[in-house]
Amino acid sequence: MAHQVNVFAQNRPGRLERLTEVLKDEGINIRAITIAGTEEFGVVKLLVDDPKKAHRALLREGFSAYLKEVIAVIMEDRPGGLHRVCRVLGESGVNIEDAYGFVVQDRGTAVLVVEVEKIPEAEKVLREGGFELMTDEELYSL
Amino acid sequence: MPKGDFWNPEMELLDRGEIEALQMKRLREVLERCERSPFYREWFREAGFYPHKVCSLADLRSLPPMDKDTLRGGDPRRFLTVPLEDVVRLHSSSGTTGQATVVFHTARDIEAWTELVARCMYMTGVRRSDVFQNMMGYGLFTGGLGFHYAAERIGCLVIPAGSGNSRRQIQLMRDFGTTVIHVIPSYALYLLDVFRELGLDPKRDTALRIALIGAEPHTESLRLRLEESYGFKAYNSYGLSEMSGPGVAFECPFQEGMHVWEDSFILEVLDPDSLEPVPVGEEGELVFTSLHREGMPLLRYRTRDLAYVYPDTCRCGRSHRRISRIKGRTDDMFIVKGVNIFPMQVERVLLGILGVGSNYQIVLDTVGSRDEMRVLVEVSGDIWHGEVRELNRLRRRITEQLRREILVTPLVELVEPGTLPAGEGKAVRVVDKREHVREE
Repeated sequence: MAHQVNVFAQNRPGRLERLTEVLKDEGINIRAITIAGTEEFGVVKLLVDDPKKAHRALLREGFSAYLKEVIAVIMEDRPGGLHRVCRVLGESGVNIEDAYGFVVQDRGTAVLVVEVEKIPEAEKVLREGGFELMTDEELYSL
Repeated sequence: MPKGDFWNPEMELLDRGEIEALQMKRLREVLERCERSPFYREWFREAGFYPHKVCSLADLRSLPPMDKDTLRGGDPRRFLTVPLEDVVRLHSSSGTTGQATVVFHTARDIEAWTELVARCMYMTGVRRSDVFQNMMGYGLFTGGLGFHYAAERIGCLVIPAGSGNSRRQIQLMRDFGTTVIHVIPSYALYLLDVFRELGLDPKRDTALRIALIGAEPHTESLRLRLEESYGFKAYNSYGLSEMSGPGVAFECPFQEGMHVWEDSFILEVLDPDSLEPVPVGEEGELVFTSLHREGMPLLRYRTRDLAYVYPDTCRCGRSHRRISRIKGRTDDMFIVKGVNIFPMQVERVLLGILGVGSNYQIVLDTVGSRDEMRVLVEVSGDIWHGEVRELNRLRRRITEQLRREILVTPLVELVEPGTLPAGEGKAVRVVDKREHVREE
């Protein structure tokens, strides 16, 4: 299981700048970032090298931040790679609530980060499907 | 019997001496009546107040004033000076969770109230040949039924339109040749947009000649704007459900302050802190004693409304003193779309949903020509688990529950922690940016 930091942010200029400044000052490295938003507010989702440290720093700086459990699946960086992951989850009836991916350049692999409601079940079907899941430490060492 | 410009010349044309003599006579009757109510027996005893020793209006001041909290402090039936079976109606102020104040009326109370409102309407020029469209909410709110009964009493053709449904309001005005409306000023302003959208000019396309406006504060410039756009005369109205409702004070054709019907109310203007009378012409809190009500008389009731009394006598010939527009409140109540709202109501809803105290702010603004109420709520880490969905749900829930509590649908905005003024001390909970509400 891996962790991602979710941060509530109003949709107005300068918010992301302030957020990234906090991370910079803490020496946090961002692996991936995505923003789920509506017209007025958004949730910034950050996959970082040290999620617990990032979470604490953001809370300290007054952000509304939440440490969320996610699944980071290693997949092949070639056509059909993502499809294989989705098929395993889909066939087992696991609903993906949110997902994003990024490529690990020097390895020829990619990582898919998925948010699901029932994490243990999803982890089980992915492992049985032959997929490798990453921990925070493994993400850290990328 | 109406005569000339007066609905009740006998009462309206009393001179000061006669008014005060009548007040004294009626006060004695009211005090005697109050001794039949469990509440007043205790209230008098606790205050060491002996009603039969009251020899002048000034003597009444030895009785402590009462306020909304006094009314909320238990079963409202304790105030009754008559058996409950003599009560024919109740009205209640807005607010649902133990905050509403209830007023009971006997048939004679309704009769006296109707007469007072009829007097107000007649004073502005409303006659039996008029078509009166009542664009105020009916129901527990006193503005609807109060004017409805009075207009029927005068003999108008009454259209009980109620509030809202703008196109229908305009249709009714045009179909039946409405000449008089009773309306919230901010709604009258908004309705101008609807007229425009329909390609209509209220001046040309309606027969409106008089508007009775009230239930919310408004500036003189808004009145002038309405008068100019509609081609009617707009008269300001003052009342509160605790004093039966509308009909406490009203403008005469000179439109310089509102005459308080002093045959039916004793008016005091007090310093809200010392509770001592302020000099004539100075602003203070309006405090009323009802002289016309038998079911549930109220003595020295604090309205929390700030106004001043005009020092001179009105040119219209009535000696009943005039009060200014309401200049403000001594509590934090505010009015949106004619509905009285306390920040505490918002606070309780938020606490109920979030489970923790959350910093919030209420922002009132005029958008286009409509009043808008925004409620900003800080989303702290304790109430959120990282999902967008959750935030949308939270916003819908807050909106819905606020609507139920305050009867107005606010725009709820979720904001980041630390963006609102801190909750301690005298936090600015309500920011009123509406231009037509208060003049400088």
